Amino acid sequence: MSELIRKTAAELGRMVASGEVSAVEVTQAHLDRIAEVEPKIDAFLHVAAEAALEQARAVDERRAKGERLGPLAGVPVAHKDIFTTVDMPTTAASKILEGWRPPYDATVTRRLREAGLVIVGKTNLDEFAMGSSTENSAYKPTRNPWDLTRVPGGSSGGSAAAVAAYAVPLATGTDTGGSIRQPAAVTGIVGTKPTYGGSSRYGLIAFASSLDTPGPFARNVLDAALLHEAFSGHDPLDSTSINAPVPPVVEAARQADVSGMRVGVIKEFVEGEGYQRGVLRRFTEAVELLESLGAKTIEISCPSFAYALPAYYLIAPSECSSNLARFDAMRYGLRVGDDGTRSAEEVMALTRAAGFGPEVKRRIMLGTYALSSGYYDAYYGSAQKVRTLIARDFEAAFQQVDVLVSPTTPTTAFKLGERVDDPMAMYLADLCTIPSNLAGNAAISVPCGLAEEDNLPVGLQIIAPVLGDDRCYRVGAAVEKALEDRWGGPLLKEAPSL
Amino acid sequence: MSTPTETLMPFDEAMERYEPVLGLETHVELGTASKMFCGCPTTFGAPPNTQVCPVCLGLPGSLPVANAKAIESTIRIGLALNCSIAEWCRFARKNYFYPDMPKNFQISQYDEPLCYDGYIDVEVDGETVRIGIERVHLEEDTGKSTHVGGATGRIHGADYSTVDYNRAGIPLVEIVTKPITGTGRLAPQVARAYVAELRDLMRALGVSDVRMEQGSLRCDVNVSLMPRGGTEWGTRTETKNLNSLRSVERAVRHEIERQAGILDAGGRIIQETRHFHEDTGTTTSGRSKEEAQDYRYFPEPDLVPIAPDREWVEKLRAELPEPPSVRRRRLQAEWGVSDHDMAAMRNADAIDLVEATVKAGAPPADARKWWMGELARRANESGKALAELPITPEQVARVCELVASGQLNDKLARQVLEGVLAGEGTPDEVVERRGLRIVSDEGELAAIVDQVIAENAEVAEKVRNGKIAAAGALVGGVMKATKGKADAARARQLILEKLGVSG
Repeated sequence: MSELIRKTAAELGRMVASGEVSAVEVTQAHLDRIAEVEPKIDAFLHVAAEAALEQARAVDERRAKGERLGPLAGVPVAHKDIFTTVDMPTTAASKILEGWRPPYDATVTRRLREAGLVIVGKTNLDEFAMGSSTENSAYKPTRNPWDLTRVPGGSSGGSAAAVAAYAVPLATGTDTGGSIRQPAAVTGIVGTKPTYGGSSRYGLIAFASSLDTPGPFARNVLDAALLHEAFSGHDPLDSTSINAPVPPVVEAARQADVSGMRVGVIKEFVEGEGYQRGVLRRFTEAVELLESLGAKTIEISCPSFAYALPAYYLIAPSECSSNLARFDAMRYGLRVGDDGTRSAEEVMALTRAAGFGPEVKRRIMLGTYALSSGYYDAYYGSAQKVRTLIARDFEAAFQQVDVLVSPTTPTTAFKLGERVDDPMAMYLADLCTIPSNLAGNAAISVPCGLAEEDNLPVGLQIIAPVLGDDRCYRVGAAVEKALEDRWGGPLLKEAPSL
Repeated sequence: MSTPTETLMPFDEAMERYEPVLGLETHVELGTASKMFCGCPTTFGAPPNTQVCPVCLGLPGSLPVANAKAIESTIRIGLALNCSIAEWCRFARKNYFYPDMPKNFQISQYDEPLCYDGYIDVEVDGETVRIGIERVHLEEDTGKSTHVGGATGRIHGADYSTVDYNRAGIPLVEIVTKPITGTGRLAPQVARAYVAELRDLMRALGVSDVRMEQGSLRCDVNVSLMPRGGTEWGTRTETKNLNSLRSVERAVRHEIERQAGILDAGGRIIQETRHFHEDTGTTTSGRSKEEAQDYRYFPEPDLVPIAPDREWVEKLRAELPEPPSVRRRRLQAEWGVSDHDMAAMRNADAIDLVEATVKAGAPPADARKWWMGELARRANESGKALAELPITPEQVARVCELVASGQLNDKLARQVLEGVLAGEGTPDEVVERRGLRIVSDEGELAAIVDQVIAENAEVAEKVRNGKIAAAGALVGGVMKATKGKADAARARQLILEKLGVSG
């Protein structure tokens, strides 16, 4: 196996730019690795070997012509199959979009290409990003490289598993309620939910418009920052995109210094029920580590966070019920029952019945109900008020501290099949991550050790204010550096070889 | 559900027993260059599905970006209708499934319209009626469905349907009146006058071409009846998509007669959508609204709120054009025309054209004569609107000038207009190419007169003997010989001189 797959994205970018290695060699090494591990982890819905090599050749040609390459040119990236791509199918892991070829690239896709990143394929996810285990994919479940009987988290489980399995150094994800941070935590890698509006949603197939946020996965904080910077920034095609410079995330990741920073520990997320003991232990150690690095830590109470989960499960399904209405067999995608005798309405109903999986249907029904006349105020309206209260809790907290910390997830990776029949148990996986989606601020998950009960990775969540994404990277990189010094290398070296 | 045999109550009788309450919802397609939420063009009549993109097709992942010009136009409409302009408002999603709606929701506005609480005055039979405006909001149009086969041209019973999404996403302004009460027997005319006034206002603002027959102005009319002396309004019906002023008036009249007939027979009115039929002047039942559709409105999360800057709003207010009713009164006075003639010009959409022609130098009477006469006839023949004729007010003014200076007579002028309409060039070019200038050379004309007298000796003799009326035949001869290019009055004068009689 090529040693290239063990390199960081930053190293690979440097090597390609200096000519030490060609982008084609780098890409081929990763395609070989994908072929090796994919039968075990099922991270990809589509591997685009030819297209990837084509993109790599283009990077090599640019270099040969003397063009200056960006820091990630020639570096392979796996793309969550919820972003549109003109040269690859885009399914959102749903049968209703099987075989659809979008006529346009998402803004994130376009920026990956412009940065010279090599898109090797599209990764698996929970159907329409609805889920926390990737088991809701209509095509196949993805497995956790740490333990193939366990889930890689979700919804961006394919991306997380691919990065953790060294199939790619980088991957994209989307985070609506924790869909980047939770899989990053349970696969022992780094994942960021940028500030809402900091990265464009154009071409991201919508689940919940007011929450969906594209973000990066990587095996280390600096790589995540490089990818974050590559695809973020204002996009005139997304009205909710923030017209401000991308926070200096790469600089912050290099800074890796927390001395003098004020760190708040969210009281509600260490005292509640349902937290695994090993998770809390690693978290407590991480807080102590931050103190030893010169940060001041204090306990912060965010009382409204208790209502975050119920509010989320009204807002997200409400928006999804509307966003997913367009999948009606009329213009693209699956069409069922069009035998010349049935009405358009019947074909729509049959197609949606056949094309959507059970979790998607559950959320469409929940959302349709929550928005119904007579229920709107009690459900959607109240949830929006909770949302305001959560944002106020954050505001008050950030008056006192620079960042907040919590465990990313209450538990380590659970077993495949363990929670599929218990939606509430599944939803609890996102307990700690949801508040940041509701308030729109930035958050990152970085590995902070293994839980002793199961030897599985635990994630530390670092939360920063809106447009304070750089603080996530600054603190995350400091923790990473200190822990890797302690461990003698990255946490992933503890993972079984595949 | 509707009674198959409905007995209409004659209008006058209905008016003695019931008081109508009206409400109008008018949709105006804005004439912006691009659509409401994407950059696609809005040109009418392009081949189906050629003016579309991922956004207006609602493809997965696409997002709307609001058209600033459309927001500005809506605010200007609101200001012209004396509305308050919202300090802060949002778009909302109106959710329902229909194949011509690419996203199966329409981006519209719900409880936060951009403009609200205004009014407009309309004149009917010399009486001014103030119509309250409830709200003016901005939304996107749907695609256009065509249902093929089946008897009704509606989706139920059709063999198949096609959808053209060129119209999907065109900015649409919805203007909703407050309930219009107390108009009595004038109700049908008030409805018509209101729509006509709105149309003129949109045109004056330059925000829409307001072509009812092309659907860029569409009107839904709500009608209910209340017994005279009663206090409780009746159940209303909504007659959809009226596409001419005449249809608006007829539909209201018919609904009054129909509802009065039902109420008189002890029946009850069903709250429903109705369709108007041009050919019979009647309405028929559409879908019942008894089980009201739940649109599950909620604020559109893909768009940011609109917060119009107050200074900007005041600037837009200051720049509003003269209100159409004020302008009409001014022009009528300036031109010195009767109420009747003014109304005729308005009905023919000729006021702008006449005004422009006068501005280009033509006397008002001449400008009006050509536009309302020869050109109106030509437009009618070709099924076009006056403004669509390939002739400019400046060209018409030039024709007026050529007539006034004696270089053309009316007959020649008509030929010049014909030439311009046929694309033969400017009036002067047509005169030149067709050789239409009046024979004004005295010598040439005198020679022709001599020839005609010689050829018609018998007639000439009669004239010499004092039967001056016979000179007409000689003039006719001159006109014939010059192919109509002689100045007939001058020819007559010459003939009489040569025959030694005084006219």
